[in-house]
Amino acid sequence: MHTPDDDHDHDHDHSELSPVALRVRALESILVEKGYVDPQALDAIIDTYQTKVGPRNGAKVVARAWSDPAYLERLRGDATAAIAELGFGGRQGEHMVIVENTPERHNLVVCTLCSCYPWSVLGLPPVWYKSAPYRAKAVIDPRGVLADFGVSLPNSTAIRVWDSTAELRYLVVPMRPDGTEGWDEDRLAALVTRDSMIGAGLPLPAGEAP
Amino acid sequence: MNGVHDLGGMMGFGPVIPEPDEPVFHAAWERRALALTLACGALGEWSIDTSRHTRESLPPAFYLSSSYYEIWIAALTNLLEWRGMVGAEELAAERALAPAKATRRSPPAASDIPALLARGGPCDRPMTGRPHFAVGDRVRARVINPAGHTRLPRYARGKTGVVERVQGGFVFPDSNAHGRGEAPQWLYCVTFTGRELWGDEADPGLSVSLDCWESYLERA
Repeated sequence: MHTPDDDHDHDHDHSELSPVALRVRALESILVEKGYVDPQALDAIIDTYQTKVGPRNGAKVVARAWSDPAYLERLRGDATAAIAELGFGGRQGEHMVIVENTPERHNLVVCTLCSCYPWSVLGLPPVWYKSAPYRAKAVIDPRGVLADFGVSLPNSTAIRVWDSTAELRYLVVPMRPDGTEGWDEDRLAALVTRDSMIGAGLPLPAGEAP
Repeated sequence: MNGVHDLGGMMGFGPVIPEPDEPVFHAAWERRALALTLACGALGEWSIDTSRHTRESLPPAFYLSSSYYEIWIAALTNLLEWRGMVGAEELAAERALAPAKATRRSPPAASDIPALLARGGPCDRPMTGRPHFAVGDRVRARVINPAGHTRLPRYARGKTGVVERVQGGFVFPDSNAHGRGEAPQWLYCVTFTGRELWGDEADPGLSVSLDCWESYLERA
């Protein structure tokens, strides 16, 4: 297991680094020395995904979709353009599609072949999304996957799995929780978890708003 | 290729284990691995399809026992060696021993990063002909076993589904991954029932949608 202390390993003595950390450090120093990469550009990439691009982006899209029927229509017609209205787009979100959960159908997104994921709205994927158990099981036993997340759906709810085999990236719009009538978008967005936008979870109930 | 990366439907990996309050990165080296992969990709020496194929071509036992960033950094190292940008002696010496070679694009500066990431790498392409299939058509995923890169998972090959959406023209990874050009084709969202994919024991409420390039499909 990694601990938060690993985050400081850049400052540590050589001997404390794992073999892969040493390899990455050596590779970076060779690439910088040869002028192939600019270390400040690397920092800018990291900062983007550490602080700017993450699942709060997607939560804003979902909250808007719940609040504004005209926006939901635009998402259905051209999700890439509608998501760009909120300022989100670019790498691994170039071709977006939304899939809407209903009482009749729940949606679950996977990439069985690698780790394709809608970065522009969800940030970088969690480890479990890229792991063999998830990629293997999602397409054959999605209810079993949901059980691993503590989610149980009625048998009457069908499950559609979206295997991201091409460059389209899928964002699940979960069902709006009961008891949220009249809530503004910020309050609604706080209920939208990352996992609910992959389909591996559900939004928080109104009573559990953070 | 019929590689271990093609995991859909395999068994025995155990449960999915979500990590509560998972951090974006688990170690400093993961941050650098991500950034190096993106920054080197921006040099234009290989496509995203080639980098995916390089990852899936790693030794199977390594692939299955490594974290995803370990897979990324191993594949990046292979790509850099393949392009002659970094040599094995340099990796062993942990320093540069030869001058850099010219790359197709110059390295991005920090100030270029926001625009670079905002632009991304759109893969849709204009098509001249008309799509061969239409929404509602019954199609069969061809039985193919290419030695190179493909995005048709094994579990769908030979199975019959229904075209749900015509997605437009997209770069064909099976060609582009091997430097044979973008060769764009029509792409279709095809939906298969769980029973078609997995047999009578499958969850009756299950269906699976895949995006399939035209040459993966035949009329059923």
